[in-house]
Formats: sequence, structure tokens, C-alpha cells
Amino acid sequence: MNAKRSTLQFLTQLTALLGIVGGAALAPRQNARAQALERESEDFRVLFKQLTNSARVTQERVHVTIPRLADNGHSVPLKVWVDSPQSAEDHVKRLVVLSERNPRPMISSLQFLPTQTRLELSTRIRLNGSQRIWVLAQMSDERWWGQSASVEVTESACLDASL
Amino acid sequence: MTSRIILPANPKVGLKMDIRILIQHPMETGFRYDASGSAMAKNVIKKLSLDLDGLILFSGELGTGTSANPFLQWSVILPKSGWLQLKWEDDEGNSGVERVLCNLSA
Repeated sequence: MNAKRSTLQFLTQLTALLGIVGGAALAPRQNARAQALERESEDFRVLFKQLTNSARVTQERVHVTIPRLADNGHSVPLKVWVDSPQSAEDHVKRLVVLSERNPRPMISSLQFLPTQTRLELSTRIRLNGSQRIWVLAQMSDERWWGQSASVEVTESACLDASL
Repeated sequence: MTSRIILPANPKVGLKMDIRILIQHPMETGFRYDASGSAMAKNVIKKLSLDLDGLILFSGELGTGTSANPFLQWSVILPKSGWLQLKWEDDEGNSGVERVLCNLSA
């Protein structure tokens, strides 16, 4: 009876120990994968630096609305508004939408005239899987403002489902 | 390939309005293959602009990250009534022009 109990105890402890060891061994690998998914592409980094001329991008004034989860990446609605009066002295000159993980990071680059009203833009974009997208606004004083938003994409736009 | 400029029903002088642009275009990424297995060439709208009697209100370059049948909507206060003209051009050299008269009421 006693021997049986100690065997049982030993087995329980062994299972627990294996569980811990197994968990510890698996965890770093999963983290590494998660990080690899989050990392931006080299093309994106180069383009980002090239656009802003390595100037500081302040994460203010630009507001981005994108669904947290998109069923497919072919058409994801994106809304942007920029906190600026769009007057001759203070307006968004250029608005750039960038993707961190698309094969080509440039989604669109749009130029505006000062139209005396807050700039609100809606469009639909294509995404290659879950990632962060960036909206950068170059103001009339040449400074850059920007904001990023994350989106989970269930089906990438870069896989051709018809084949 | 048709394009449309959609304006609010009754635009008013000095009031904010939304201009919507919709262009029928496949926005081919160049990463897809056709039924015979050959790659389909990249063909996206590379340039588009909207002007009001020659005054360019908006211009843009779209990349492959813009969805097929590009849609854009943004807010403006138009300085005057006039013809709004949308022009676009794609990688294959196709282009389109669409004009719509915008009459602002007082």
C-alpha cells in the first residue's frame, strides 16, 4: 500500500517535472516565432528612413482606425484623421501609408492642398498577414508626425486562394 | 475601366464635404499567376489626381498595397463651384479621366 502510494507520488512528481522542463524548452521557441512575426521587413526600414530623412517621427496628431481582426487581407478598411486645421500655415502636405510586412512596403502616398478643414481620409488597403501599419504625415513645416496600428489578418492577400 | 467621383447630394458653400473616388481597376500586384501558370505583370494605378478647374486639390501615388478597385474618401471645403476632374494612369499606360460638376449652394 505504502509502496504503491510512493510510486504514485513519484509518477506525479515526474509528470510535473517533465511538464515544467517541456514548457521551459518550448517557451523560448514560441517567443522567437512571435517576435519574428512582429519584426518589420528590411524594405520597410529603408523606406521609412529614406522618407523621413532619419528625422524624428512624433507619435501624435495622426489618428488611425483599422479593424483589430480582418478576415482577409485583400481589402481592409483604413481610416485616418490628422489633428491639423489644414490652413495655409499648418497643414498636412503629404500622407504616407506604410506596411511593415508587405512585399512592397509603400501602400500609398497622397498629397493634399490646405482645404481649411480637418483631414479625414478613408481607404481600403491590402495586407500580407498580421502586422503593424504606419501612417506618416508630413506637415507644411516639413516635420513628420505618425501613428501605427496593429491588425490581425486571417488570410493573407499575397496567397492566391484560387490556385 | 470606369471611375466615379461621388459628391454629397447638396454641397454648400463653406461647409465641409466628403469627396469619394472609386476606380474600377484590378491593381494587379505582380505576385499572382494565371490559369496557365505564368506570372501576371504588376499593374497598379501609379498616379492619380483630382483638380477643381485646374487647381490640383489632391494627388497621389498608389502602391500594390492598395486594394483592387481603389477607394478614397477625404474631407474638403471647396473654395468655389466648378468642374472636378479626376485623372489616373496605370503601369500599362492606361489612363482615365472623369469629370463632374460641383455646384455649391449658399
